[in-house]
Amino acid sequence: MSDAVISIKDAVVSYREDVALQGVSLEVHRGEFIGIIGPNGAGKTTLLTVINGLGRLVQGEVRVLGLPVNEQNGIKLRRRIGYVAQVENIDPRLPINVRETVMVGSYGRLGLFHRPTAAHWASVDRMADMVGIAHLVQRPIGHLSGGEYQRAAIARAIVQEPDIFLLDEPTASIDERAQWEILDLIQRIHRKYGMTTLFVTHDLRQLPAVCERLVLMKEGRIWRQGKPESMLKKDVLSQLYGVPVSMPRQTGSASWLHSSQ
Amino acid sequence: MSVLEYQFMQNAVLAGLCGGITCSIVGVFVVTMHLSFIGVCIAHAAFAGALLGVWLGFDPLIGALVFSLASAGIIGPMADRGELNLDTSIGIVFSLMLGLAFLFLGLMSGSRTEALNLFWGSILTVSHRDLAFLGAVTAAEIGLVLAFYKEILAVICHRQVALAVGIPATLIFYGLLFATGLTITASLQSIGGLLIYTLILNPAAAAYQLTYSLKRMLLIASAFGVVSCWAGLTASYLLDIPSGASIVITSCIIFALATAFSPKRKVKRWQQA
Repeated sequence: MSDAVISIKDAVVSYREDVALQGVSLEVHRGEFIGIIGPNGAGKTTLLTVINGLGRLVQGEVRVLGLPVNEQNGIKLRRRIGYVAQVENIDPRLPINVRETVMVGSYGRLGLFHRPTAAHWASVDRMADMVGIAHLVQRPIGHLSGGEYQRAAIARAIVQEPDIFLLDEPTASIDERAQWEILDLIQRIHRKYGMTTLFVTHDLRQLPAVCERLVLMKEGRIWRQGKPESMLKKDVLSQLYGVPVSMPRQTGSASWLHSSQ
Repeated sequence: MSVLEYQFMQNAVLAGLCGGITCSIVGVFVVTMHLSFIGVCIAHAAFAGALLGVWLGFDPLIGALVFSLASAGIIGPMADRGELNLDTSIGIVFSLMLGLAFLFLGLMSGSRTEALNLFWGSILTVSHRDLAFLGAVTAAEIGLVLAFYKEILAVICHRQVALAVGIPATLIFYGLLFATGLTITASLQSIGGLLIYTLILNPAAAAYQLTYSLKRMLLIASAFGVVSCWAGLTASYLLDIPSGASIVITSCIIFALATAFSPKRKVKRWQQA
C-alpha cells in the first residue's frame, strides 16, 4: 500500500537465547490507531522498538516513513516518532522540572548547537495546558504522581510534533481514575492531530475506544489481527491468554469495550 | 596576605580554582546519573597509568591520560553491549585498575617517593605545565557544557527518553565519561589519585541536596569545589597539615552542612501504587 507509514516484513529479534519476535510482518497506514494486546512476553514492546530503531533486527526489514530503519536513519526517524513508556519510578531529587522535561521532546528536532526559542517554550506551555498540567510546570519532575508524570510524558511526545505515536502500556501502574483520564487524553490527541498511533496494553479494559484495528500477539508472533469487534470475543481472548477470559464489565467511556456495549 | 606573593601559592590557588570547578562539573554528571563510583574507578585507572609511567620512565601524565580515557571508553560500551549493568562493569574495571596499580608499585625498584606523591597529590608544588593542562581542561569542559547543555540535561536526567527523541544520547553519555577521565588526569598531580574522587563527589553531592535546577547545581557545586580547595589550602598553611587531606575534609564538612540544611530532606519519595 502506498500510504503505509510503517512496513515490517518478516522481522526477527532475539535477545540471547530468547527470540522476542519470530517473523512478524505488519503494515500500518497513515492516521491509523492500532491496539496491540497479548500476554507478557508476547513481543509487544519489542515490536515498538523495531519501529523506532532501538531494537536490533536479526532478520527481516522495517521501513518507517519511507526510510529503512537502520543505524544511519535511527536518530533521524526517532525525531519523528513520539514514544511514551510505562510510568517509571524516578529520583525525587532529580534537578529538572516538568517544563524542562516536556521541552526535552523538542531537543532531537532542534539538533545540536540550537537553543530553544521563546516559541518553543510557548509550545511547551500550550501542551502542558492541553494535558492538564499547566499548574505543575515549575515542579520538580520527581514530585509528580504517576498519572501526572504520564501526562508530562505525553506532552513531551506531542511537543516533538511526531508523525507516529508509540504508547507502551502508558496506563500501567497508575490508579484507576488516572488511567481513564490518560486514555481520554490519548483519544483527544488522536482526534485532534490524527497521528498514526500504536497502543500497547496487556489490560483489555485499557483499549481506547478510538482503536480501529487490533493486533493480537502471542509468543513473538502476530497471532491474529482485525477489527476490535471481531477480536474482542471471549473465545478468541481465552485462546490468546491461555486461560478462560471473562469480558470486563466496569469500564469508562474512553475504553473500546465500553463504547461497543 | 603576603603568602600570596609566592609563586607556588599563586599556582596552588589557581590549581584550586580550576580543579574545584572541573571536578565539581563532572561530579554533577556522575551524581545525577547515580554513578558516583565511576569517579573512584577512573581515578584508580589514572593512578595505575601514572605508576606505569613512573616505573617505565615515561611521562606519568601520558600514562594517566591513556589509562583513564581507556577505562572511560571501556565502561560505557561494556555496559551497553554486554550483559552487565553499569555498576558491575565499573566494578570490574575498578578491580583491574587497582590490581595493575599494586602490580606496578610492587615492580618498582628504589625510591617510591614520586609514586607515593601521586597518591596524595601536591597542590603546593604543581608545575606550570600541570597548571596549564588543568586550565585547558577546565576551559574546554565549561565550553562543552555551554555548547551541549540541553543534551547533557536530557541525558543525565532521562537517558532513555533522550535516546527515544533522537538525541545522540549514547555519544553524549560516552562524552561525559571521557570528560570524567580527562578531569581526573588533569587533577591527579595537584589533588592526588586517592583524594580526587572525593572532590568529584562531595561538592556535587552537596549541591544535589540544595537545588532542583541543573544550572544552579553546576554553579553551587563549582563554588563548593573552589571553596573546598581554597579553605583546605588555608587550613594547610595555617595548621601545617597536608593540603590534600585538608581539602577533602573541608569538602566533607560542606557536604555534611548541605545535607543538614537540605530542603529536599522533607521530600517524601514517591512510591508507585
